[in-house]
Amino acid sequence: MADSDTEDFVTYGTPLDPIEEDEPLKKPVPLHDQTVKDEKGRFKRFHGAFTGGFSAGYFNTVGSKEGWAPSTFVSSRQQKAGKVNSRPEDFMDDEDFSEHGIAPREITTTEDFTSGRQDTIRDKARALNSLVAPIPGDTVLEDLIAPARTSVGVEMLKKMGWKEGQGIGPRAKRKPRKQNVAEAGTRIYSCALPPNGSEESEEEEDEYTPENVTFAPKDVMPIDFTPKDDPHGLGYRGLDPHQALTGLPGMGHIDLFTLDSDRTSNLLGTGGPKHRRKGGISGEAFGVGALEDADADIYDRDALSNYDSVLGGEEPGDGLFGWTAPAQYNKKTKGSSRDASYLGKILEGFTLASQASEIKTIFPPPELPRNYRPVHYFRPVVDLASTSPMVAQVLMESKGHMPQQTQEKGRHQLDASQRRDLLGESSLTGPASVFDLLDNKDKERLEGIRRLAGVGASGAMTEERRAAVVAAGVAAAAAKASQSALSSLPQTPGSEEVLSAWRSPTADTSRSFRPFEKNPPKQARYDQYISKLKQGHKDALESSLDGSMTEWERGRERDEFVRAAMLYKPSSSSLSSRFTRAKHEDNEDMVEVAQEQEGDVNDKQSAVKMKMFGKLTRDTFEWHPDKLLCKRFNIPDPYPGSGLVGLPKVKKDKYSVFNFLTLTDSRPESGGPMGAQSQPDSSPLAGPPKRAEPGKKSRWDMSERAGQPKDALSEFLSEARSEASTSQQPASSQPAPAPSLTPEPPALSQLPPETQQLQEEEEESRPPMDLFKAIFASSSDEKSSSSSEDNSEEEDDEDGHRQMELQPPGPLNTGMDPSALPVPSSAAPEAKPPPEQPKLPAAPSKEQRQEEEEFGPKLPPPTSSWPQLPASSSVPQGDAHKKKCKEKHKSKKEAKKKHKKKHKKHKGKKEKKKEKKKKPIPEESDSTSDGSADSDSDADDLPGSISTEQLLTRLKSLRGKKYE
Amino acid sequence: MAFPLPRPQPPQLPHHLLRTVDCKQGAIRAVRFNADGNYILSCGGDKTLRLWSASRGTLLKTYSGHGYEVLDADGAFDNSHICSCSSDKTVILWDVASGLVSRKLRGHAGKVNCVRFNEEATVIVSGSIDGSVRCWDTRSRRPEPIQVLDEARDGVSSVKVSEYELLSGSVDGRVRRYDLRMGQLYTGHKNTSYKLDCCLSHKDTHVLSCSEDGYVYFWDLVEGSVSLKLPVGKATVQSLSFHPSEPRLLTAMEGSVKVWGAEPEDTVEDQGQQ
Repeated sequence: MADSDTEDFVTYGTPLDPIEEDEPLKKPVPLHDQTVKDEKGRFKRFHGAFTGGFSAGYFNTVGSKEGWAPSTFVSSRQQKAGKVNSRPEDFMDDEDFSEHGIAPREITTTEDFTSGRQDTIRDKARALNSLVAPIPGDTVLEDLIAPARTSVGVEMLKKMGWKEGQGIGPRAKRKPRKQNVAEAGTRIYSCALPPNGSEESEEEEDEYTPENVTFAPKDVMPIDFTPKDDPHGLGYRGLDPHQALTGLPGMGHIDLFTLDSDRTSNLLGTGGPKHRRKGGISGEAFGVGALEDADADIYDRDALSNYDSVLGGEEPGDGLFGWTAPAQYNKKTKGSSRDASYLGKILEGFTLASQASEIKTIFPPPELPRNYRPVHYFRPVVDLASTSPMVAQVLMESKGHMPQQTQEKGRHQLDASQRRDLLGESSLTGPASVFDLLDNKDKERLEGIRRLAGVGASGAMTEERRAAVVAAGVAAAAAKASQSALSSLPQTPGSEEVLSAWRSPTADTSRSFRPFEKNPPKQARYDQYISKLKQGHKDALESSLDGSMTEWERGRERDEFVRAAMLYKPSSSSLSSRFTRAKHEDNEDMVEVAQEQEGDVNDKQSAVKMKMFGKLTRDTFEWHPDKLLCKRFNIPDPYPGSGLVGLPKVKKDKYSVFNFLTLTDSRPESGGPMGAQSQPDSSPLAGPPKRAEPGKKSRWDMSERAGQPKDALSEFLSEARSEASTSQQPASSQPAPAPSLTPEPPALSQLPPETQQLQEEEEESRPPMDLFKAIFASSSDEKSSSSSEDNSEEEDDEDGHRQMELQPPGPLNTGMDPSALPVPSSAAPEAKPPPEQPKLPAAPSKEQRQEEEEFGPKLPPPTSSWPQLPASSSVPQGDAHKKKCKEKHKSKKEAKKKHKKKHKKHKGKKEKKKEKKKKPIPEESDSTSDGSADSDSDADDLPGSISTEQLLTRLKSLRGKKYE
Repeated sequence: MAFPLPRPQPPQLPHHLLRTVDCKQGAIRAVRFNADGNYILSCGGDKTLRLWSASRGTLLKTYSGHGYEVLDADGAFDNSHICSCSSDKTVILWDVASGLVSRKLRGHAGKVNCVRFNEEATVIVSGSIDGSVRCWDTRSRRPEPIQVLDEARDGVSSVKVSEYELLSGSVDGRVRRYDLRMGQLYTGHKNTSYKLDCCLSHKDTHVLSCSEDGYVYFWDLVEGSVSLKLPVGKATVQSLSFHPSEPRLLTAMEGSVKVWGAEPEDTVEDQGQQ
C-alpha cells in the first residue's frame, strides 16, 4: 500500500515547519510602529547628506556617537601636515556606498554587456533630445564622433544573422495581404474601413510577397516614454531644421494617438510614405508658415482611418505600441498577427490561444405545426343561468367546458374541511368557530345587535345606530338580569340552563369530568343524570336520584348534581377537545426509578473470580432506543409506538419530609381578607361528600376525627340558637356579616381556613369556561351571570366553584337577590346524615386526600346519632337563611369551644393523639380554652406566615412523638 | 473473485517499524486510522487534531478549535468529516477539507473520553467521564443529543458502534451493549483494573493492548496467550490503532506516532522522502 502511495506523489523540497497553533495570532503592527531600520538597527529617516535618503551620521547627528569632530590641524616638525585631498566619499555614509547609494561599490554590468537595445533606446532618446534641445543637432554631432561600440549581445546576434532593425525570432513567410483583408472583412461587423488612398501604396507594397522569401519579424519597439519636461504644449514639436530648410519629408498631420512614438518611428525611418505637407516648418504653434501654401491644411482634417473603427477587431500594427499604434499599423489584420510575427504582437500579460474558440452551434427553432395560427382563441363563456340545462350541457361539451367544470377546484380554492376530507383526516371535534362557544343568549344578543346595526345602516345615521345598539345592549342585559334572577328562584337553580347546555350538540359526556368518583353509587347516579340531561329529559334530576334516600339527602344531592353539571358542562368539554391532556402528571411524590435493577455486583465479582463468565455476569434489560436514532441507523424501531426512551422507569413513592410538611400546612389555615365574607356561605356546607371517609385511617386522621363531633354539635346548637334569633329579625336588614357578627376574633379565624382551602381548590379545578366567558361575553352579561351563579353556588362547598363567587362581597348578594337562596342547601350542614359517610376508602398516602380531608365541616362520628336531623333538614328558611348562617357560625364557634372541651374528656386515645401533635406548638394560647388554642395555633399556621423554623421544630416534634 | 481463498496463512503481525512521525503536538492522546487506513488522525495534548498521510507520514491538515486536550477522534466512512472529543467537554465535527468546525456539540458534563461515528456518519456516539453516552445527530442542527444513555455508573471510557449496536465500556467495570434492533441492553461484567487502549487486529485474530511498560502486547484471541510483545519504546504506549484491512499498526507514545507493518517497506524511497 505504501509503495503505491509513494509512487503517486512527488514531494518537492522540505515541508515548512507547521505553524504553531499555540502561538497567538500576530497583531497587525500599527502605522506609527512601522519603522524602517537599517542594517545597523538605526532608524532610517528621510534625510541624509548625499543620498537624500536615509539618515546620515549617527542617529540624526553627524559622525559618531560623540558627534562630528572637526579635524584638528596638527603639524609638527616631524610630521608635516600634508595637504589633505578630500574626496566626496570621505563625507559619505556607508549607506551611500551601498547598492542604492550614490556611489555604489558593487560589481555592476559594464556597458559592454548590457543589452544592445538599451543602447539604441538611449541613442534615440538622445537623438530626440537633440531635436528638442535648444541648439539642435549638437548631440547628433556627438553621436557621429562617438566610437562605434556594440554590446556583446548585439555582436552575438549579428553573428547569428540578425540585422539591426529586425525583430528577433524565426523568419517566416508573409502571407499575401489580400487574404488577410478578406478574412478580416468577415470579421468586421461594424462599418467597414473607409478606402484610404494614402494607405493604398503601402498595401500594394505588402502585397508583393514572393513565395521563397522569408521575413524576419518586425522589430519590437518599446514604447518610448519620453518624459515631458518642457513647458510646451502637448504635442508640440519644435522646428525641425531639416524639414524647415529642405522641405524634406516631415511629419503628417498630428496623430492624436501616436505623438511621440510617431516621432520616433519617423526618426527610425520606419514611417511609411505619407501625405505630408510641403512646407518645411511644421510646428502647430506657428500656423501656416511662410513657405507653406496649403491653406486648406490649416484646419486639420483628421482622417477617420486614423482611428480604430473596430473595437478590438484588429491588432494594431505589430502590436508594438498597443492600441496607440501608428496609423499605418492599423491596417494590419489578424492573419498576419497569427503567423510568425506573433512574437512581438501579444500584449503583455496575454497569450495567444492555442485553439480557436469553439463556435457555438445554434439549433434551428422547432418547426411549428402546419395549421398553427399565432392567435389566441378565447372560448365564449356559457351562461348557465340563462340557458336551459340541456342546452348548457351541450354547449359546454361542445366547447370543452365540461371537463373543466367537473375538475376539482384548485388547491387554493379548497377550504380546510375539504382538504381534510381529501386527506382522510378525521374532523375536529371542537366547535368550528369562536361563536360556537358563546351562549345562545349571547348569540341572540349579537344577532340583535347586528340586525339593529343593519337597520341603522339603512337609516344611514351613525349616531342613531350607535344609540340603538347601546339601547339594545342595555335592554338585553336588563332582560338577562331579570331572567337570571327569575331562573334562580326555583329550587334547583340553573337546572334549565344545565339542560340546555347538555343538550347542545357539542356536548361530550364521555370526556366530561367525573366529580363523584370517590363515591361510585353517587357517580353512577350522576352519570345517569347527565345522560338523561343529554337526552333532554326535563325531570332528569328527580328521576336519577335515589328514591331510598332521605329527603334531605336527595335535596342535597340534587343541588350537588346541578352544580356539578353546571361546572362541568359540555361547553367546557367542547373547549377541552381543542386541548389535550397533559401526558405526564407532575407528581412530586413520585420518583422515577429504573424498572429493572442491575444484579448484585458482588455476585458478579465472585462469578468472575470463579471464571464463570456468561449468564452469571450478564444482564439483559429492555431498552428503548430513540426513534430518530433508529432512523439514523437505518433500523426499524423495535418498539414502534412507545413513547418511551431509554430504560423503562417505574414511579415510586418518594419518602420525603415534605409529605409531612404539606399536612401540617393544609390543616391550620385561617381566613384571609375575604374569608370573613364567604365564611357564612361556605363553612357550614363544606364538602360533606368528600369528607366522611372512614376507610381512610392515617395517623393524622385521628386528630381530625376528634374535632368532628364538636363541629357538628356546635353547628347544631348554633343553628337552633340562630333560628330563634332570626325569626325575630326582618330579613331585609342584614348587617355587614363579618365585623358585627364576630365578637371573638379567634372564633372567626377558626373557620376561614375552609374557605381558603376552597379557594385553592377552585383554582386548580376551575374549568376554562370562565376564562372564555370573561373574554367573549360582555361585562354586563358577566355580572349578571356571575351574580346568578353566586346565588346558586353561594352555599356551594366542595369541589371546585368559581373563584368569582367568593369575591363579590356581601352587598352584591344581599342587594341583588337576597331571596334567591336555594333552600335545601341551607340545612345541609347540620343535617349531615350518617348514611353519607360510607365513602370510598382512599389511599392514605395521597397528599391530596389528606388535604381534602382537612376541610369542610367536621362530621359527626358515624356512631353518633342525631335525633334532630330530619327536622332541621326540612326547615325552609328563605331570606333569613343567610343571616342565620352567619349567626349560626358565630354561635357555632362558641359552642364548638365548649364542645371541644367536653369531648376531650370523652375522647381517649384519639384526642390524645391530636394533643400530641399540637403540643409542641407554642402553649401561649393558655388564655383560651384548649379548643381555641387549637384554632389559634391553626391561625398561626397560615401557609404564608409559617416560618421554616416553625416547620422544622414542628417536624422534629412530630418525629419525636412518633417514636415515643 | 471466484477463486477460492488461498490456504489460511499464519497471521502476520506488524512488527517492523516503518516510520516514526513526530507529531509536534504535545503528548499524543490517541491515534487512529481513518476508515480506509490511508490516513492517520492524531489527537494531541496541544488541543489540536492532525491528519497525516499514513504512507508517507506527512502532515496534511491541522484542526484546531478544541479548548483542551483532544482525547479521541474518528473519521467518517467517506472521509468527509472527522469527529473528535476533548477534555473541554465538547465533541466537534470537523469538515476535513476546509478544516473548519462544522458542529460543536456541548452537553457532556465532563471530559469526553471517546467518540465514534456510526456506519453512515449520521450519528456521533460519544462517551464521557460523566457516565453518559450521547448520540448526536450530524444531520440536523439540533444542539441536543438524540439520546443519552446514562446507564453507566461511572465514566465511559470507550464506545464502539457497529451496524446496529452500541458498545460502551465503562469504568464501573462493565461493558454495555445497546442493541437497537432488539431494543435491549445487555450488561456484561468485566473486571479490569486499568484501561489503556486496545483493539483487535484486522482479522480479529489477536487482541492488541497498550501497556505502560512500553510494549504492545498481541494476545491470541482464542487462546489468550501472548503471541507477540512488540517493543515500542520506553514510555507508556498511550494509544494504538490497527489498520482496518492490513497488518499495520499505529502506536502513540509521548509525542510521536509510530507506524508498524508486517513487512519492511522499501525504505530507500521512504528515507529519501523524509
